[in-house]
This record gives sequence, structure tokens and C-alpha cells, in this order.
Amino acid sequence: MADRDPSPSLRSGPDARGHFGAFGGRYVAETLMPLLLDLEAAYREAKADPAFRAELDHLLAHYVGRPSPLYFAEKLTRHLGGAKVYLKRDELNHTGAHKINNCLGQILLARRMGKTRIIAETGAGQHGVATATVAARFGLPCVIYMGARDMARQAPNVFRMRLLGAEVRAVESGSRTLKDAMNEALRDWVTNVADTFYIIGTAAGPHPYPELVRDFQSVIGEEAKAQMLAAEGRLPDLCVAAVGGGSNAIGLFHPFLDDPVELVGVEAAGHGLDSGEHAASIAGGRPGVLHGNKTFLLQDEDGQIRDAHSISAGLDYPGIGPEHAWLHAIGRVRYESVTDAEALDAFALLARVEGIIPALEPAHALAHVAKVAPAMAADRILLMNLCGRGDKDIFTAAEALGVRL
Amino acid sequence: MSSAGGAGGDRLARTFAAVAPRAALVTFVCGGDPAPELTPAILDALVAGGADIIELGMPFSDPMADGPSIQAGNLRALGAGVTIAKLIAIVAGFRRRNADTPIVLMGYVNPVLAHGVERFARDAAAAGVDGVILVDLPPEEADEVAPALAAHGLHLIRLATPTTDDRRLPAVLESASGFLYHVAVAGITGANSAAEAEIAAAVARLKAATRLPVAVGFGVRTPAQAAMVAAHADAVVVGSAIVDLVGAAAARGSNDVPGEVAAFVATLAEAVRGAPRRLAA
Ligand SMILES: Cc1ncc(COP(=O)(O)O)c(C=O)c1O
Repeated sequence: MADRDPSPSLRSGPDARGHFGAFGGRYVAETLMPLLLDLEAAYREAKADPAFRAELDHLLAHYVGRPSPLYFAEKLTRHLGGAKVYLKRDELNHTGAHKINNCLGQILLARRMGKTRIIAETGAGQHGVATATVAARFGLPCVIYMGARDMARQAPNVFRMRLLGAEVRAVESGSRTLKDAMNEALRDWVTNVADTFYIIGTAAGPHPYPELVRDFQSVIGEEAKAQMLAAEGRLPDLCVAAVGGGSNAIGLFHPFLDDPVELVGVEAAGHGLDSGEHAASIAGGRPGVLHGNKTFLLQDEDGQIRDAHSISAGLDYPGIGPEHAWLHAIGRVRYESVTDAEALDAFALLARVEGIIPALEPAHALAHVAKVAPAMAADRILLMNLCGRGDKDIFTAAEALGVRL
Repeated sequence: MSSAGGAGGDRLARTFAAVAPRAALVTFVCGGDPAPELTPAILDALVAGGADIIELGMPFSDPMADGPSIQAGNLRALGAGVTIAKLIAIVAGFRRRNADTPIVLMGYVNPVLAHGVERFARDAAAAGVDGVILVDLPPEEADEVAPALAAHGLHLIRLATPTTDDRRLPAVLESASGFLYHVAVAGITGANSAAEAEIAAAVARLKAATRLPVAVGFGVRTPAQAAMVAAHADAVVVGSAIVDLVGAAAARGSNDVPGEVAAFVATLAEAVRGAPRRLAA
């Protein structure tokens, strides 16, 4: 790969135009370009302002409940019979997933920029809930775009968002899932340019979103690194995280990019990579342009985007954040995939063995852990991002397991 | 850039010169909508109705700058199996019947990348395409596409919008070619319309900054709106209204979609031709 970075650090991207190697960028309608340039300038200013960081840290501590624990999953470790497995417990955050880390950062930015209306897209509803939550906390009106199909399978989160005062708009176009919700949010943004701030929920979209979402989520990896050093006196051998758009994964990985730590992102293989019904953009996609960035996409030979499939609504997206595309291209992170069935087994496993019901998204990461941990020596350390809890998924899981609620 | 317009000379420049002082009528249809077999007749119908320039949409599964009308047109066309290769072949056929009416391909960048940029530029130019509009390719990202288009004499047409402030305008104009497309409202296609005073002011500002002809589109649906815009701009772009008509005619099972298109375009052309000219030269 011809990605020559003069700096020895892998943590210095993106470049000034928002590119990670051949990926990323700002592929948007001209109407949005000045807004993205403004956002980037506002973000640079905020990043340099200690008061911004201080307010965010205060909210992360007292509103979200950070730092989230690093938990040695002793029983799971014994069950798998190999490497020591640690779980980064971001499912204990307020609202039940890592999404709130990013939403708080972005809404502080929105307020700094004088924006008075918030919009967001959501798949599983976790980002929608987190956005509705911060919008309520800061007193801003909020519209959430959600694919009609996702609204049906994530009904509890739809109710939560409405309870929090958000307007949830059903998106009936395309596959009626996350990618279509993102199209619709972009259409709203391009129409309401003066007052609206678009809180993107994953480390994708046009520059500077992949960078700022990554920065706001990097609290996961920074905490985990310090906690691991305190617990074990050394870094983990392997970090594993589920990848939808890639925000929880990049949040965990980024602080470890320059360290001798193996990193694995787990994509959703749906019914299997060969079935054509999956959401594994790296394993089954090609580079292209969608939603403002160049990255790996599920697409046909004519460049039309294919529908993704995953039992997990949060992974059901035909793309992946551009920094992941680059990390794959340079070989720094390995991307594996896990099927619906394997994720369901892992979902049940963690509930039984550790008394923790994971979201279906991190259940994918866990399924990979369950595959590799047994073959690792007992003195090896594995760190997995448990980025969401499973309350939202009990209906989906029950249906898949043939149980009527 | 090399001589624009390839083998056809600069058809866009010739067209603007030929219709002056009145504004040119630019009509947009989704290529392959409702079916690729009908597109040649629909292109001929646009010309018969009085279109001066044709924008031919290259359908994309995720047209995020388009409203419901053009989204639906894209889906009809994709459902009927249209591809970029088929559209280029359709243009080549059109050129054998019509040497003069410029054709601009309009769409999103991903299908062009999938087709292959060099192959796209070469084949489009050879077929008699005059220019290309790529909605999600701002100047900052154009490096991968612009050189191939220029090498084959295709204009890469740039868009200016209500958010293109004085800081931004030079970046847009720097690589602009063919004509400048002013998007009259911040928003998606087929939604709101801009007020006359806004359009007049925007065109005046752009014309002070560029010698390229300025076309105005987004929100122009009726003959009256077309006449209003024609009074101020060098070209008027009508899209969603024609796409809606195509969709409605197809849904009704009309056996003369092209005839209906020609009749509607004739009302637009008459309005544009009769518009008072208020544009400062
Ligand atoms: C719990 C959870 N994990 C993971 C994801 C996937 O997103 P990302 O890859 O950005 O972390 C989601 C998305 O909704 C989620 O809710």
C-alpha cells in the first residue's frame, strides 16, 4: 500500500483534507462544503480549549458514569480455557452503550457553534437514544431518522427516544435501515443548513466526522490502557471490538495503534459471507464513495450500494469508517467476521457464564473471542470492548431463538 | 484543459451563443426511467419540445441530494436495469440523430468509479457527451476524476449554492467549466423554490465573478417559474417536474410517455422564449 506517512505514528491521521491514505475525504454536495469547513474550524478551536475538555470530562464522569470498569471475566476465561479475557464495560454507561461518549462531545460542539436544532440517524436506536438524551439534557429540539425496518425490530428504543422528547421519523426509502436513515439525515441537513447540527453516530461520513467521533470515543481505549496497566502491569496482547461503522472499535484501538498489541475488528457476516446476506464491508466489499467518504462498501459491479444484512441493527450498514479501511489496507488491524448464529450463541454464553446480557453488536466481538481465546496460552491477555448491553435486543434474540414473549 | 467538447467542438458554448440573448432551457431526466428502451425517444422528445441542453441522470441507489421525485426515478431506472454503459450507448445513438444538442451526464461519483474513470471519460466523450456533473464530488476531491474528463474534452460542471459564500466561491470557480450551475435553494431536488429577488441577486453576484454562463435550477417546476428564472439567468434547469411526469405517465400505463414529455417541455420552452430579459449583459 502506497500510504507513506512521514510520521512514525499511526495516530496522526487524517491529513489536512481528511484523508486516511486513499480513504476518507469530503464527498458531499457543494451546499454542505462550507458547513463542513466551519465544523472543522470549530472542532480545532474546541480541541485547543481546555474549558471544552473540562466540561466534557465533567459530564463523562457525572452524567455518563465514566470511567467504565475494566472487568476480568474470570468465569468466561475459565469456560474458554485459554487467554485471560477482560471486558471493557462500556455497556454500563448511561443509555447503555458507547454512543453517548460521542454524542456529548458533539452536542457541546453544536452549542459552541450556536446551532439550535439537532438531527441524527440511528440503526439499533442506541445512537438515537444517546442523541435524544443529550438533546434533552441541553434543551435542544431533536429529530431522529430511523429506517422503518429498524423501528420494527428496535421498538423499545423508539419508545425511549420519544420519551426523551425526540421526534422519530420513519425512513421508508431503500432498504429502510441505517444507510437510508443516513441519506435522509443528510437531506435534512442540506435543507436546514443555518440552524441544524448533524450528530453522526459512527466514525464515518465526511471529514471531520470520522476524526472527531474517533477522538470522542478514544476515551474507551485510553481508560482501558491505564486500567490494564494498573491491573496487569502490561498491555493486552489482543484487543477485539465489533465493527458497524466502527466507532467503538476505533475508540478502543486508536490509543493502542503505536503499541505492540494485536487488533481485531469483527464485522457482521449475517447469514454467512457466501450467502450474499451480510454486513462485512471489508471481507465482502470494495472501495467506493458513499455518505461523504471513500471506504470499503458493499456494492454491485455497477457501483450501486447493496443492502447489508445482520441480526444486529447496529452492524447492518454497507460501509465502514475510512480509518478502518486504511488500517486494513496497511495491515495494522485485522478484520474478521462472525455470523448471526455465532453472535446469538455468544449472546447466550455471556448471559449464562458472567451474568451479563450483551448487545448483539458486541456479541459479535465475543463470538470471535470465543473462537480464539481457547488457543491462546493462559498468560496471554485479551481485551474486548463490551460496548453495549442487550436489553434492547431481547425481542430480536427471543424471536431468533424461537421463544415467544 | 484540452479543447472541450471533443469531436463535436464546444457544443455547450455554441448553444449558449446561439440562443442568446434569451436563456437556454435545460431539461433533466433520469436515464433509463421508466425503462432504458424508452430513453432514446424521451431524449428526442425533450428536443422536440424545445429543450436546448439535456441533463441525463445516471441513476444511483443512494441519491442523497435528491428529493422523492428523483429518488423514485432512480429506482424505476435501476429496477429496469439501466447502467452507465447502457446510457453511454444511448447517447451515442442520440448523437447519430442529433449533432447539436449538448448532453450533460449528471449523477453521483460511485457508479463512475465502479465503471472506471478513464473508461467512462473515453467512452462518454466518444459517444458525444459534452459535460459531467457529479453532485458529491466537490473540487477538493476531484483529483481522481477531473484529469481524465479534461483529457477527453469533457466539461466538469461545478455547482454554486446559497451557502457558497465569498470565501468559498473562488474554490468552486477555479476548476469550473462549461457553465456554472447555481443551486437556487439550500436543499434537495424537487423541494422549495427560491424567490425572484434571491435568484436575481445570486446570478448577478456569480456573473461578476465568472465569464461562464450561469444556469439556475432546483425548485423550477412550472412554465411561470421557468420564465421568471429565464429573465435573470443564462439557463433554466427543470428536473423533478419532468421526472414526476414520466413517473405518472408510466404508472398510468401511458403508451406515449415521450409525447407527454414533449408536450410539457413545449410549455416550458414557450415560457422561456417569451421571458422578458432583465439580465445585465
Ligand atoms: C451497542 C452497539 N455497538 C456497536 C454499534 C455499531 O456502531 P460502531 O461500529 O460505530 O461502534 C452500535 C450501533 O448502533 C451499537 O448500538
